Amino acid sequence: MMSEYTIKIDKNEWEIVCGLEIHCQIISKSKIFSAASTQFGDEANENVSFVDLGMPGMLPVLNEHCVYQAVKTGLGLNAQINKYSVFSRKNYFYPDQPNGYQITQYEYPIVGKGFVKIGLSDGSSKEIGITRIHIEQDAAKSIHDLNPKKSYIDFNRAGVGLMEIVTEPDFSSPEEAGAFLKKLRSIVRYLGTCDGNMDEGSMRCDASISVRLKGEKTLRERAEIKNVNSVKFVMQAIENEAKRQIEIYEQGGIIEQQTRHFDPQTGTTKFMRKKEYANDYRYFPEPDLPPLYLTDEYIEKVKSEMVELPDAKKERFIKDYGLTAYDADVLTESVELADFFEKAAKGHDGKKVANWILGDLFANLNANKLTLDKSPVAPQMIGDLVDLISKGVISGKIAKDVFATMWQTKQMPTQIVEEKGLKQVSDSGAIESMIDSVLAANPENIAAYKAGKTNLFGFFVGQVMKQSKGAANPQMVGEILKKKLG
Amino acid sequence: MSDLTKLTISQALTGLKNKEFTSVELTQEYLKNMEKGRKYNAYVLETPGEALKSAELSDMHYQNGTARKLEGIPLGIKDLFCTKNIRSTACSHILQNFVPPYESTVTQKLLDEGASFLGKLNMDEFAMGGSNENSCFGAAINPWSKDVALTAGGSSGGSAAAVAANMCAGATGTDTGGSIRQPAAFCGICGLKPTYGRCSRWGIMAFASSLDQAGPMTKDVKDCALMFEVMAGFDKKDSTSANTPVPDISGVLGHSIKGLKIGIPAEYRPDGLNEEITTFWDNAAQMLESRGAEIVPISLLHTKYALPVYYIIAPAEASSNLARYDGIRYGLRVNGSKLDDLYINTRTEGFGAEVKRRIMIGTYVLSAGYYDAYYVKAQKVRRLIKQDFEKAFTKCDLILAPTTPSSAFALGDKHMKENPINMYLNDVFTVSVNLAGLPALSLPIGVGKDGLPLGMQLIGKPFDEETIFKAAYGLEQDVNFKRNV
Repeated sequence: MMSEYTIKIDKNEWEIVCGLEIHCQIISKSKIFSAASTQFGDEANENVSFVDLGMPGMLPVLNEHCVYQAVKTGLGLNAQINKYSVFSRKNYFYPDQPNGYQITQYEYPIVGKGFVKIGLSDGSSKEIGITRIHIEQDAAKSIHDLNPKKSYIDFNRAGVGLMEIVTEPDFSSPEEAGAFLKKLRSIVRYLGTCDGNMDEGSMRCDASISVRLKGEKTLRERAEIKNVNSVKFVMQAIENEAKRQIEIYEQGGIIEQQTRHFDPQTGTTKFMRKKEYANDYRYFPEPDLPPLYLTDEYIEKVKSEMVELPDAKKERFIKDYGLTAYDADVLTESVELADFFEKAAKGHDGKKVANWILGDLFANLNANKLTLDKSPVAPQMIGDLVDLISKGVISGKIAKDVFATMWQTKQMPTQIVEEKGLKQVSDSGAIESMIDSVLAANPENIAAYKAGKTNLFGFFVGQVMKQSKGAANPQMVGEILKKKLG
Repeated sequence: MSDLTKLTISQALTGLKNKEFTSVELTQEYLKNMEKGRKYNAYVLETPGEALKSAELSDMHYQNGTARKLEGIPLGIKDLFCTKNIRSTACSHILQNFVPPYESTVTQKLLDEGASFLGKLNMDEFAMGGSNENSCFGAAINPWSKDVALTAGGSSGGSAAAVAANMCAGATGTDTGGSIRQPAAFCGICGLKPTYGRCSRWGIMAFASSLDQAGPMTKDVKDCALMFEVMAGFDKKDSTSANTPVPDISGVLGHSIKGLKIGIPAEYRPDGLNEEITTFWDNAAQMLESRGAEIVPISLLHTKYALPVYYIIAPAEASSNLARYDGIRYGLRVNGSKLDDLYINTRTEGFGAEVKRRIMIGTYVLSAGYYDAYYVKAQKVRRLIKQDFEKAFTKCDLILAPTTPSSAFALGDKHMKENPINMYLNDVFTVSVNLAGLPALSLPIGVGKDGLPLGMQLIGKPFDEETIFKAAYGLEQDVNFKRNV
């Protein structure tokens, strides 16, 4: 049973009801209805075709790859793929909408109901319902801060394919929404259908939030928070908007359906417009595009090209490598990390490999602000390191030093151990002679030990290790020392 | 040398092939006629330089023996077609200085077959109208006019006038609800509205996307076929264009129509239909019958709903299609203190009254609360109209019907001005064909007592322009219409 998230004010216990709409830019070389490039970060108005500019007489042509990506995403979200879908026009005037309408899907989206399983910090999990996914074109970008008197428009983004993923109002805490967004991002990245970079705007989120007293069955009026563009902000927005609404109710006020804007500076939401001032978008079927029909064969083909998704991978890691659920969760967050782990773990002790990755490797990457793909430590090095420890060639302590060295030199651990002579001494004769010389140098301490100060045992071990420069097998040192001290 | 401009396209092609005259000479004759005919206000832009340059090239092709299908034929282009580096306005103030950096697919196909363009032709603004009076350049005048200036029809009024007055060898038009056929009928020429999807709409300014179709307007049926063969064809840039092969139409002209079943729709003969038109209609049926065709009565039950359905769907699509003319990226911009003012000022000044009216109607029928009652219902009735035709075509191969309920009316006609509905009623025989996506050809059927030409249309099954042309070619010979403008 998952823990409940409520906000208590005096005797009243309030709960949150929240749904999300996520716009994901589809990974595709060209735009959804034109052949222009989707390259991010190019000069303004570099990647613009006549279609993207809404020039007279221009017509949209559907990019098949965007359809493929949407179907793939639908399958990844355990959703129904609709074999019949229709494009519609959403009509409104704005300079960043060159045609005066957006081509989108309205009554008949390409993907129907599905779900995503999320894991929560208390170890519980929850299924979040997906209502639908439809595909549509992105708008251009208005730039208002270049000139105090003028606005500029960059049409590079105009016509880039989007998937709008709509969830059921299944979120009852900020944590759930955060976990969902991370999971969704991970899934689309696995699938290669969206790069999920919220800071670049390739994934954008709107949240619909309402509150109600615990036990209430009906929903109260909601506020829609537009363009909340990081996982952290979404969580903040939900929490603060819920608190705002509760405060109003507690003071006897009412909430009207409205659209609000998230302010990243304060973490709170600001009023934009009331529902009645919302546009009448005059949706109607796009006459320039015939309905989209998908065959069973096509859907099967996409299915056959699916990759292993985070949930399945996690289960496999637990089963095959004996990882804990937590470690498996972290290691499957991205394909890159999961692949790194599998390369490192191949033929080695997976659990120990996981520890090294999640411990020293992550610590070093974080300290140096590096991403995994820039890591100087290759997966094979970690596998090698784990092996050296398991075989008793080096101690865990030496391994730490070896790791530090390979971070610098990118050498294989075996090579480092050899060059630096770090091989653990497991020759009992050699260890014995080192112990003898230590004992010979410390007669007073032997006497004290024998008189009952048994905690001096550690001192002797330390001295031997010091003499061996850390290379002596600590276990053997202990055993022989014990014998000698009687 | 006799007047070369009187030649049909096929005659001119023969003359050019036989080196009786050059394309430059032919073009110069047309340019002279254009000058003489300026009173008709058919051209809104003349491009003599481009036409002559193209003619010179064509003459080289004739010299080299590499002449193409329409080599050296000077055509006029409706101003709704985007022509590269040549001003294209849709006869709207909002695009008065718009020069497209691209060529429409249909005009490109004509250029690729060696045709040259004499200029851009007058039309109702954005193809909305039936009299050409909605042009920001003023109306084209019917060359058949005597004392009173008559309408050349619309929206392709300039195209019809230019062809009728021998100011081009042939012209392009577009037909959304009759815009090729009605002006063709009014001006005594031929005009084909092809099956929806036959000609690419790419590069043609959209009026109503699900109805718009480009087609040829010519001096005779054979020319219509020649131009159609070049204009038609699949275009991957237009997702509604049909990937269906274009038949060799010129080859079937003159073939027997024996056994062909010609349907006569009862609903097209309402009480009070002009008697003269009824007579011409009956005569036409007899002519086809005497050529071996069989006349069968048919019923198109939902005909009376066609006009209201059309005047919901076409404005709905237009209201959206014309949203792009906002003063932001191209065309007219009238600034304002706020963004909304810029939109309002630009569109208020840029669009004419009829375009505004249709944008208003279209916006209304798509609005929340009205959408189901108007747009959705209209789409349902549209399907019924289409089914009427499908049923009828199980009984016949072609449908014969008048193109218009009257001959050309006077420009500024009081009755037409009184109420826009009166003007819309002109489309009563033409709009069903667009709603059903069918091909239809209008050809002159004779001259009425008022001395003005009248047209008859042959409506065919989808993608069966071939049968239309076969029958039209025979009918044309029997009618023996004199284009004595």
